[in-house]
Amino acid sequence: MQVPAPFEYERATSVDHAIGLLERLGSTARLIAGGHSLLPMMKLRLANFDYLIDINDLHAELGYIETGPDEVRIGALTRHRELLESAQLAAAFPIFADAERVIADPVVRNRGTLGGSLCQADPSEDLSAVCTTLDARCVIRGPGGAERVVSMEEFHVGPYETAVADGEMLVEVRLPVRPGCGSAYEKVERRAGDWAVVSAGAAVWLDGGAIVDARVGLAAVGPNTTGIPEISAALRGREPSESLFEQAGAIAAGSCDPATDQRGSADYKRHLAAELTRRTLRRAVERARS
Amino acid sequence: MTTVHERADTFHDNDQKPVGYGRMLRKEDPRFLRGRGRYVDDVQLPGMLHLAILRAPVAHARIVSIDTSAAEASPGVRAVVTGAMLAQQGLAWMPTLSNDVQAVLATDKVRFQGQEVAFVVAEDRYAARDALELIDVEYDVLDPVIDARRALEPDAPLIRDDLDGKANNHCFDWETGDEAATEAVFARADVVVSQDLVYPRVHPAPMETCGAVADFDAVDGKLRLWSTTQAPHAHRTLYAIVAGIPEHKIQVISPDIGGGFGNKVPIYPGYVCAIVASIVTGKPVKWMEDRSENLISTGFARDYIMRGEIAATRDGRILGIRTNVLADHGAFNGTAAPVKYPAGFFGVFTGSYDIEAAYCRMTAVYTNKAPGGVAYACSFRITEAVYLVERIVDCLADELGMDPAELRLKNFIKPEQFPYTTRTGWVYDSGNYEPTMRLAMDMAGYAELRREQEEKRARGELMGIGIAFFTEAVGAGPRKNMDILGLGMADGCELRVHPTGKAVVRLSVQSQGQGHETTFAQIVAEEIGIPPADIEVLHGDTDNTPFGLGTYGSRSTPVSGAAAALVARKVRDKARIIASGMLEVSVADLEWEKGAFHVKGDPGTSVTIQDIAMRAHGAGDLPEGIEGGLEAQICYNPSNLTYPHGAYICVVDIDPGTAQVKVRRFIAVDDCGTRINPMIIEGQVHGGLTDGVGMALMEMIAFDEDGNCLGASLMDYLIPTSLEVPDWETGFTVTPSPHHPIGAKGVGESATVGSPPAIVNAVVDALKPFGVRHADMPLTPSRVWDAMRGQARPPV
Repeated sequence: MQVPAPFEYERATSVDHAIGLLERLGSTARLIAGGHSLLPMMKLRLANFDYLIDINDLHAELGYIETGPDEVRIGALTRHRELLESAQLAAAFPIFADAERVIADPVVRNRGTLGGSLCQADPSEDLSAVCTTLDARCVIRGPGGAERVVSMEEFHVGPYETAVADGEMLVEVRLPVRPGCGSAYEKVERRAGDWAVVSAGAAVWLDGGAIVDARVGLAAVGPNTTGIPEISAALRGREPSESLFEQAGAIAAGSCDPATDQRGSADYKRHLAAELTRRTLRRAVERARS
Repeated sequence: MTTVHERADTFHDNDQKPVGYGRMLRKEDPRFLRGRGRYVDDVQLPGMLHLAILRAPVAHARIVSIDTSAAEASPGVRAVVTGAMLAQQGLAWMPTLSNDVQAVLATDKVRFQGQEVAFVVAEDRYAARDALELIDVEYDVLDPVIDARRALEPDAPLIRDDLDGKANNHCFDWETGDEAATEAVFARADVVVSQDLVYPRVHPAPMETCGAVADFDAVDGKLRLWSTTQAPHAHRTLYAIVAGIPEHKIQVISPDIGGGFGNKVPIYPGYVCAIVASIVTGKPVKWMEDRSENLISTGFARDYIMRGEIAATRDGRILGIRTNVLADHGAFNGTAAPVKYPAGFFGVFTGSYDIEAAYCRMTAVYTNKAPGGVAYACSFRITEAVYLVERIVDCLADELGMDPAELRLKNFIKPEQFPYTTRTGWVYDSGNYEPTMRLAMDMAGYAELRREQEEKRARGELMGIGIAFFTEAVGAGPRKNMDILGLGMADGCELRVHPTGKAVVRLSVQSQGQGHETTFAQIVAEEIGIPPADIEVLHGDTDNTPFGLGTYGSRSTPVSGAAAALVARKVRDKARIIASGMLEVSVADLEWEKGAFHVKGDPGTSVTIQDIAMRAHGAGDLPEGIEGGLEAQICYNPSNLTYPHGAYICVVDIDPGTAQVKVRRFIAVDDCGTRINPMIIEGQVHGGLTDGVGMALMEMIAFDEDGNCLGASLMDYLIPTSLEVPDWETGFTVTPSPHHPIGAKGVGESATVGSPPAIVNAVVDALKPFGVRHADMPLTPSRVWDAMRGQARPPV
């Protein structure tokens, strides 16, 4: 049994309580939700915090999926399993169910949360790629209930670093809803439940036969999950076609910056960026049309 | 709540037979399924302290100084011990199972990342672990040797400067076969194929890590040691020799063990540290390593860099096999193998084929990696041997344009040739290979699969069919040539029948999940007619079981299984004499059937084994010269190994876009001789096949160039899950061993030995359209993609 260094622990009774504790304890404190990333890091003593603030009792406040005409709002403490099983989310953004099916295993999905996934800011993390693909906005609440809303690009400052400051917490993710949307996610992994070798999410918005907008988000090919504006620019206004997907794949391969590691060579990852971009765009278009 | 009214038909065999072999649910499972197994970490003793080990953060460094003062002052800490302190007691070094030495705690240098440097004993596990952070070690970091290919270069850093006169990293040389005869065969062959192969370093990763609870009683001088060991008796003797504690004052208890796979054969420094700590503190001391410690410091497996060469006629008659091996043994030669077999049983690399000549030359080297080398259900390196031969036979088939099944069938040793002495001197006891192969091909629908493959290739789809045929050599072994540190590899067994006809059988081998409590009860039941449910199987406690060398190398059934059958026969012989007295006929007039003796020609006049047991312990007279009681003990020395075989066929599909391999089907036909409990056999095969998928597709203990282990957690060292494996299709043939009392051979490692080449052969077969002839394990998507582009590389 691997054991972490000593820490103190408190269960938050409300979001305001949690933020109050964060404000008082500063960088020595960390929120714990599912704990499936944080606890292994603490047991390996790669992360050492003096205080853990457990927010699992805040599910009533922070665990929800609300679908509106313009926006889908998801509470930060919404569990993977809830994202996987939500019919309304699947109807709006099937990319979530695609991704959730390949995230870890049922035990992890029962506990892990959307907010925890985003705040871990692991460059290989699946939901970060999904949120990047869907152009999500992250709602960060601070002392006194002050809220600010940032884009995914702003949210992820670097590997394992986010825009959430001491005394703040991520409380909600907002996904803009536009008509004619189709989305999809695909991941290549060495083994079920492993982190991605590379994964890609794609979303397209069609009007008539043409692409109004398109977004692709890649994971595990750089310091953070990557949105690729060049693909959006290249696809807008065009009719979907295999050659267009090819072009998007080539842009994906050219614009990412993967590193060689145990999961695969940089060349292979770049190849996958192209391959998975093509596949997810193809499926996203199929879904947008159906 | 579901009520089970009836078990599946398959579990009725045993009920119908009253005694003996057949499918039967495992007697040990109720306690495991209810969470009532009792493992080393479940042992709690009054006043018990906890031990944690400080390990080297670098692969190669001289220790300049160690300051333990802050750790000693840490709350709850009772003792901090360094190598220098052990050296004062002569305990800083210990012998390995291969006549090398290994540091218990490093004194001069650390030689691999994760090596034991110091330990803390504290009041709880947390205090011990926290105090490790306070030990200040100053290291003078040295260049490491990580790549075995570099170990013998003249400028390579010297690892083992502790050994007198050692000037390089050479560990040993070994050869087998006839070099000149092999050269001659290769010179006249029509076709010679050569292929470089790497069997990467992998780890057995048992679910339970290693650990011990040592309890030394200073008053009576007795040491009780609960430890995760596959060989409790051998460990006891070695502790007596190393620590100087009289052997009768050492009790080694191996309770329930959560998987071994060879990982729990060696004596690890942690066990010795726990013993020392208990002696020093006067308290029981528990040491349980964590997952990272297990992965980085305990017995690894494989790490063979091989060149295989095969010579044949143009029409596919295999003439000779030759191989050159560079073996990476890590920092200390901790291989657990019979002493005269430094390369284990790699000598069976000629496989299942009748050839004219064979030769192997091997060089083993030291590197700055963890010691070990024989583990992960490898049958003493037969995994490497079978991988070599089954891979190069496929390379030959490719070269000749022959179907790989046809090539194998053409070259099999024929049934009438057994016992067959191979060109490297192994005497295969029995075998009938062709029916086993044909059965596997029938189950697979081999011809149909090839047709399907052809159609798919035409469409650009990648489908592969891989075959492996193996002959195993298990049940070490005859004491005339097999021993471990001087201890012969024979095993004892003791059987007592109680007055009411229930029995207890005591084994020298120890289960790590193999189902001994069931299988051995069935073996005894078959011989003596007492139902398996009435036979208690005891094992794992040296004070309560006869001496023997333990469970590894698939040796339990070949060796201890024979002992159990023979001890039961010995009891039955005595029972026959008692029965003759009870029935007032001569012994020769008695007939034995299903637990009773009856008078020949008069089945109604009989006594059961239970009647006899009561008489043996009762008040009435016994025949002249017969003592009371009904028990016996024997020690079984096998006359030869047993040689199970099997035919495996694997079907894979590869995604051409992502290079991901999916194992679609796997057909495994095993011949392990007499089958005692087919359900347990199938379970063992399922486990081994899953291991094979892991090794072939994802497992590898990798290091960076500084010697940092890159597989130090199960996030980094991948093992397969149910999602990576297909529904296994198993079949069997039965070719009994002629020398084993019940004709049984071992089976525990067959699937681990046979499955990796079947999977690799299937992947390579799928990649044939790309001109691929070989790709090394692990066949991760990235490495398969490299192979598709003609850039297959050895793993690093």
